[in-house]
Amino acid sequence: MAAPELPATIPSAPTDNGGLLEVSDLTKHFPVRRGLLGWSAGLVRAVDGVSFRIDAGMTLGLVGESGCGKTTTSKLILALARPTSGRIRFQGEDVLALGRPGLRRYRRAVQAVFQDPYASLDPRMRVGAIIAEPLVINEQLDGTARRRRVLDLLDMVGLPERSVGLFPHEFSGGQRQRIAIARALALSPKMIVLDEPVSALDVSIRAQILNLLSDLQRRLAVSYLFIAHDLAAVAHMSHHIAVMYLGKVVEWGEAEAVAVAPKHPYTQALFSAALPVHLDERRDEIVLSGEVPTPLDPPGGCRFHPRCPFAMPHCASEEPALRQESGRLVACHLYGGGPAATR
Amino acid sequence: MRSPASARPPVIEVRDLRTHLVTRWGTVKAVDGVSFAVREGETLGLVGESGSGKSMTCLSIVRLTPRSASGVLEGTVLLDGDELLTKSEKEMQRIRGRKVAMILQDPMSSLNPVFSIGMQLREPVAAYHGLRGATLRRRAAELLASVRIPSPEARLRAFPHQLSGGMRQRVVGAMAIAAPPRLLIADEPTTSLDLTIQAQYLGLLKELQERHRFAMIFVTHNLGIVAKMCEQVAVMYAGRIVEMGPVREIFTSPRHPYTQALLESVPRLGAKLDRLMAIEGQPPDLARLPAGCAFAARCPKVMDRCVEAPPEMAVAPGHSSRCWLQAPA
Repeated sequence: MAAPELPATIPSAPTDNGGLLEVSDLTKHFPVRRGLLGWSAGLVRAVDGVSFRIDAGMTLGLVGESGCGKTTTSKLILALARPTSGRIRFQGEDVLALGRPGLRRYRRAVQAVFQDPYASLDPRMRVGAIIAEPLVINEQLDGTARRRRVLDLLDMVGLPERSVGLFPHEFSGGQRQRIAIARALALSPKMIVLDEPVSALDVSIRAQILNLLSDLQRRLAVSYLFIAHDLAAVAHMSHHIAVMYLGKVVEWGEAEAVAVAPKHPYTQALFSAALPVHLDERRDEIVLSGEVPTPLDPPGGCRFHPRCPFAMPHCASEEPALRQESGRLVACHLYGGGPAATR
Repeated sequence: MRSPASARPPVIEVRDLRTHLVTRWGTVKAVDGVSFAVREGETLGLVGESGSGKSMTCLSIVRLTPRSASGVLEGTVLLDGDELLTKSEKEMQRIRGRKVAMILQDPMSSLNPVFSIGMQLREPVAAYHGLRGATLRRRAAELLASVRIPSPEARLRAFPHQLSGGMRQRVVGAMAIAAPPRLLIADEPTTSLDLTIQAQYLGLLKELQERHRFAMIFVTHNLGIVAKMCEQVAVMYAGRIVEMGPVREIFTSPRHPYTQALLESVPRLGAKLDRLMAIEGQPPDLARLPAGCAFAARCPKVMDRCVEAPPEMAVAPGHSSRCWLQAPA
């Protein structure tokens, strides 16, 4: 893929600050080893040339099916894995070139909340200690100041003060997710990666947590990278949406435009498969045939072409680049005047 | 196909089903007075949160509730007019799979990892139809083909781990229709599948139902799936059906505050809202249910009367609600 100058081409995003986080041409390949000697049997192209941008105080929704590279992307952004190639810039700084102190600063600024609040909280620590842990490690606060900060955080996420002395098992799933959010907020991060934050919760609790996240964003101007498979929830929470398929971003634009009038055939199928909540909302449904191919051996050309209802002969040979189309970026040969057209 | 829908007797009729389990924490009223009926070729959606009793209702129908927790299993479960709750375990074994089939959320809980798909599929076919040898193999391949598995002959030799999640769930579907059954219980069958695969699978279930005319109970917490798959919906809360009726009525004029809140709390595509309507509080502890309406503590329209348990009240033909709001003044 050509060197992307993507951030400037998203028309809806404010361009003054250049974005809080910019990811360009991010790639992560995992070697697959087989047999006793561990010979490499191929590469899993988990993330393959992904570019996007998150602005301060905004939410980018990342959607796609399992195996599309969402979680790998989030790990790369959290600096939990090193990309094979590509760039991550945070507030204009190259994250991959940071030394230990710089990385430490970066990790304070970028926090995470994961899907399973049963797995992400230490069952033997009291809630007060769980929330205070990042403060103990990163900030020289005395006991009183730390305690006050913990109580503030509990109040922010809507938990009573007495939670401090309780253990995680004394809370329900929704409350545990509040604890995880309080911990993520402890160091006043600039951005939080939310990886399926409500999928493990009951339907009636999901709305509570989504509302809490929106309120916190409004209050603290924190940015979110929101990863979820519930498309309606992503559309509700996000300002922009990036759709991934087999390690590639196929569409990226303003949330409402992508959700209501998707352009890429995969996005169209995905959002038509997201079932309506109201009966009169029945839309034309596009049911894709086949399954997502293995990222070990992705199809040539456009990776979606074997399942695409609009596939053309050259889709199998030429990979479409992300191009401007109706106020967003789409990687599809249906748009942009044929395969030979260049930007 | 046969007589008009309303005249046909129901395939499955459940009346006042009660499943109480004795646990360390006390008696859990998992299912507490549930009644419904489903006719041939029709689908009832059972909606509710975890712990609302949807899955326990299904397990009670086939008498697979946990045996260790000896409690109460009473009421009436009629399959084509035949009472299931008084049958012996041996008789139940002839009904499970053959007359009542189940598809569960995780296909690996229904498949044995050490046997090939072919072996696992031939077993029910041989048992139900007494087929052997080449005919049996052919029938098994036909079943795989009927759930749209490409190159079925080759797949018969595959093991479950060699198939994708969607394919595995199709194999479970093939086993479920081997008889074919009179009633298919689908308990969150697509929750573990990806969206585009989920759409395929739901289409397949509809198609199989049209072909075999079985009644279906579809358990889900996803209201979108209900809108797509079901004719009737029963909304469960804390072991009871709080509202039941035709899909269109429930979606367009829900009467119970819980149903209303549930519909409001789900984000909708294309309707950008500032805030979602959240239901405050937590679902109740089933071992310590309040005497009155179980939703009262979270209900925005709670009244003095709610300390008394509301009976089922008809609000329209075929549409009932358990809420004092529907009581005649």
